[in-house]
Amino acid sequence: MTALPQTTQKKLGLVIDLDICVGCHACVTNCKEWNTSNYGAPLSDVDAYGAEPMGTFLNRIHTYEVKQEGCNAQTVHFPKSCLHCEDAPCVTVCPTGASYKREEDGIVLVNEDRCMGCGLCAWACPYGARELDQLAGVMKKCTLCVDRIYNENLPEEDRIPACVRTCPAGARHFGDFADPESNVSRLTAERGGMELMPEQGTAPVNRYLPPRPKTDIGGENKIDILAPFLEPVVNEETTQDQPGGFLGWLDKALEKI
Amino acid sequence: MHPAPSVIIFTSLSGLGFGLLFWLGIGYPEVYGMSAFGMFFVAYALAVGGLLASTAHLGNPKNAIHAFSQWRTSWLSREGVASIVTLLVMAVYAIGMIFLGQRFQILGWIGAALSLFTVFTTSMIYAQLKTVPRWNMRLTSVMFLTYAVAGGALLAGQISIAVVLLLVLTLVQFAVWQAGDKRFREAGHTIETATGLGNLGKVRLLEPPHTSPNYLMKEMVFTVGRKHSRKLRMIAGVSLGLLPVILLYALPFNPISAALAVAFHMLGLFAARWLFFAEAEHVVGLYYDKR
Ligand code: SF4
Ligand code: SF4
Repeated sequence: MTALPQTTQKKLGLVIDLDICVGCHACVTNCKEWNTSNYGAPLSDVDAYGAEPMGTFLNRIHTYEVKQEGCNAQTVHFPKSCLHCEDAPCVTVCPTGASYKREEDGIVLVNEDRCMGCGLCAWACPYGARELDQLAGVMKKCTLCVDRIYNENLPEEDRIPACVRTCPAGARHFGDFADPESNVSRLTAERGGMELMPEQGTAPVNRYLPPRPKTDIGGENKIDILAPFLEPVVNEETTQDQPGGFLGWLDKALEKI
Repeated sequence: MHPAPSVIIFTSLSGLGFGLLFWLGIGYPEVYGMSAFGMFFVAYALAVGGLLASTAHLGNPKNAIHAFSQWRTSWLSREGVASIVTLLVMAVYAIGMIFLGQRFQILGWIGAALSLFTVFTTSMIYAQLKTVPRWNMRLTSVMFLTYAVAGGALLAGQISIAVVLLLVLTLVQFAVWQAGDKRFREAGHTIETATGLGNLGKVRLLEPPHTSPNYLMKEMVFTVGRKHSRKLRMIAGVSLGLLPVILLYALPFNPISAALAVAFHMLGLFAARWLFFAEAEHVVGLYYDKR
């Protein structure tokens, strides 16, 4: 049923730390690997070795450059997948009832046995989080690895989404936003976790931790913590007129001749 | 947005078909027997043909039957239900006029109202989308309804009212272009709000996530062809209403000029509908630094 639940018992989601992400695409790869062989139809590739390869991915990494006037530019790697919005427009537009938001944990899913592949939900999502699989003709999206997180056949440390499990930098965190003491709630509170495009009114669950401001060694009055250690040992300007040490002695000795 | 032929044909033809059904429902023209058959045949061919064209857009049409289930929340589902109910009600009305020489007036009025409601639901599929600011306004529904009523009047041969409506339609279409051009800016979405990085400075895309286009870009970041939009607007703006009105008024009425008027109107309709999709900017384009 494509009516949204009034509230959900849990609000499972991700915190993505833009300060830490190095843009290695490991989460993208592990996401594709896990999800192509588990929940629903495989994530197909079309023309994989041809001139214009195209494939279905549930998570993609953009890389942005942010530049403030007078400062050096800063690179920000930006992973993007479904944000499991509380007021998910993708769910309410669905005519078939294939798209739904779970009352128990807030995960937004597609029931592929009902999806007719009209693509309207992908149009309704502001974030580009839904992709119509070109071979299966059904809508694919992040499931928050619903088939891992409750899976008792997996060792306990693997019962988190594949992207979080694999991130070598520790830039991704999984937890329950409904619990104010959870890891994700605390990170969001401490670091000012932000919503993407809040003006769309989707109330995304996932939060992004903003990159910490970078020290700008290029600008004026900017402190470079390494600078004192890299100072020249001999300051030529003050020593030029009266060189000390051996040179000073030589200088004086030669002058006397 | 990608101007897929299936959705252009769907919205254009079914709009015309339900527009014609509206006029037939209120008894203009009041025809019986074979001429009623002709009129209803055209209306059903357009409405059903349009609906069938829309299924060409589906990735998995075998599940299309489920599309009638979510009318409580989904405009697309409401559109499906409304069009089937309308076609059924009008079928009974049509049988009366074709075979029984009877006009079930109440049924006709209900069918006419349902026809307009169906066109309204079609418009809401687009107008509801906050992600496409150009569509996300009341005028979108006004435009779809005016197209249906004006085009329907033309097909129904209600020349004197059609002339007025076609001119109104032309004005509405220009108003939609005017308002639409400002919508994205008014909605206030930028690459900075999309990424949340605005407080750190000016944002630009350094590297896209993939080297060749993906589904999102093909479907929603359609930027080709916008360069022709000015020319197409002129073509659409003139042939939608002005040319048909001139043909209907300036020339003595004859079947050829009437057919030409319809042909011009449809040319304008298709051009305008192509622009409706091609010019619509989806906010996801912001993540790709494109609109
Ligand atoms: S991110 Fe997009 S697909 Fe995911 S819940 Fe929000 S609107 Fe729906
Ligand atoms: S593509 Fe599938 S899930 Fe999306 S709106 Fe259409 S039927 Fe629903």
